[in-house]
Amino acid sequence: MIIHVENPALEIHNLTVSYHRKPVLWDIDLTVPQGTLAGIIGPNGAGKSTLIKSVMGLLPADSGYAQMFGEPLDRVRRRVSYVPQRESVDWDFPASALDVALMGRYARLGLFRRPRAADREMAMDCLKKVGMDGFAARQISQLSGGQQQRVFLARALAQDADLYLMDEPFAGIDAATEAAVIQLLTEMKQAGKTVIVVHHDLQSAADYFDWIVLLNMRLVASGPTDQIFTQELLERAYGGRLNVLSQVGELLQKQQFPARERKG
Amino acid sequence: MDAFWIILTGSLVAISCGTLGCYLVLRKMAMVGDAISHAVLPGIVLAFLFSGSRDPFTMLLGAGAVGLLSTFLIETIHRRGQLQEDASIGVVFTFLFAVGVILISMYAGQVDLDQDCVLYGEIAYVPLDLLYTKSGASLGPRTVWILGGVLLAVIALVSFAYKELAATTFDSQFAAAIGISTTLWHYALMGAVSLTTVASFESVGAVLVVAFLVIPPATAFLLTDKLPVMLGLSAVVGILSAAGGYALAVAIDGSIAGAMAVVGGAEFALALLFSPRYGIPARIKRKTHEELPSVS
Ligand SMILES: Nc1ncnc2c1ncn2[C@@H]1O[C@H](COP(=O)(O)OP(=O)(O)OP(=O)(O)O)[C@@H](O)[C@H]1O
Ligand SMILES: [Mg+2]
Repeated sequence: MIIHVENPALEIHNLTVSYHRKPVLWDIDLTVPQGTLAGIIGPNGAGKSTLIKSVMGLLPADSGYAQMFGEPLDRVRRRVSYVPQRESVDWDFPASALDVALMGRYARLGLFRRPRAADREMAMDCLKKVGMDGFAARQISQLSGGQQQRVFLARALAQDADLYLMDEPFAGIDAATEAAVIQLLTEMKQAGKTVIVVHHDLQSAADYFDWIVLLNMRLVASGPTDQIFTQELLERAYGGRLNVLSQVGELLQKQQFPARERKG
Repeated sequence: MDAFWIILTGSLVAISCGTLGCYLVLRKMAMVGDAISHAVLPGIVLAFLFSGSRDPFTMLLGAGAVGLLSTFLIETIHRRGQLQEDASIGVVFTFLFAVGVILISMYAGQVDLDQDCVLYGEIAYVPLDLLYTKSGASLGPRTVWILGGVLLAVIALVSFAYKELAATTFDSQFAAAIGISTTLWHYALMGAVSLTTVASFESVGAVLVVAFLVIPPATAFLLTDKLPVMLGLSAVVGILSAAGGYALAVAIDGSIAGAMAVVGGAEFALALLFSPRYGIPARIKRKTHEELPSVS
């Protein structure tokens, strides 16, 4: 089931992506509406990271294209923020949490321009929003995994974008931090931003997201959570793996009841 | 006066190489300088064969071009061939160096070049090759002018493109996502490394160049966790090696370049022992901290 919308924040059209001529994403065609908190969900190796890397122009597409706000990326780059997986960088780099958050401002500065005091303030504010202002001066290798993840979030916030693409922002963070981050993302959504998150945990997905993209090399489904989160579609995405399926059963039971009230 | 020129030359090389070396170390490409300094040999020979002169600018041009070519080959083999970066560095530089050796042996009759003079420039001879004005006043050694120009170019690159280099070094995917060209800055950095390496080893020899590309940045990395401080400390460590190395060479009446590299190595060892994060004092401190809450 693939539901399309008018005026999407993100539109992907017939996108095929390969590594070494071996396609890992086939013919993806979807839209994500503006002002949603959307989850990209699928098993390991489903191509979730590949999808957002290709959307961000970091991997070439064999065919097809992606547009944001009806324009190619190059024309709306400032409105789009990408948060890579935490493991993709070397945290021994000599920089403080504030230095990294400040890099979010680089997107707004032209070539050779240096950040100003206002940029520093903004970066500091963003650290505060993710609860990391107390660690601003700390070298990034001396932060815990969850704290590093929050620094990445602060960097994204400092970009002040309209569309956020985040690769597993909840990997390796504790429940309390996850709740705080979800609240932050919900606030961003309420402010009209679109947040698209690669997510692993089926248990929480239905609660967190109001739009879900189910992916397993091909697009299984894309649409509002209540229409997508069905046994049949989840089975198709996860290929009928037993343990996952029993989880799904539980989840669907849970779904009979009104979704947990969200804080905020 | 000779001592002054030699220490100044050593310091100029140390600052240029150390500054670029900071980025190479952080990009895990520390040995690329070693590779380039060998790979440019065929460039030097070809430049000589075509121009028939040993004019330093022709040589620089030939070497610089091959330096960039080797950077390009390393990248291409690494990306397309799926070979680890260090292995592709090894493949490319041994291949190009071998081509250079063959060229020299083939044209031995015509070429007034040998591996020694190309690879082991001698810092002790720096004060012998002076520049003069038309009226005959001495302007100091030619090398100092060339290396001074190189240093200015390096400082210009690193200060104008500070945020571009920092962003592409720390998180190249993020940098690309916000529209900073990772390819452009990679080649800008490697171009600067080629130029610096070639200009420097013509005057001070390959060993000292490779030493200055790696040792001061590695030492500075141990001592700080801020990139601007790392760049500054690396320069300080480099200048101390140049001055200390000269003093050591005079004292033991030995090779100046060798002594400078050795003093650099000694500074690194000290930093390793006493670094605030990884050194012995830090370890003792950590240990006593860890022992307080007895978990086991
Ligand atoms: N650099 C690469 N070279 C070759 N194949 C790759 C590369 N990166 C990913 N792949 C392959 O592409 C497929 C999709 O990978 P991708 O990283 O997009 O999956 P994912 O959905 O993000 O998985 P995970 O949940 O484990 O993060 C996998 O089969 C993987 O083996
Ligand atoms: Mg992934």
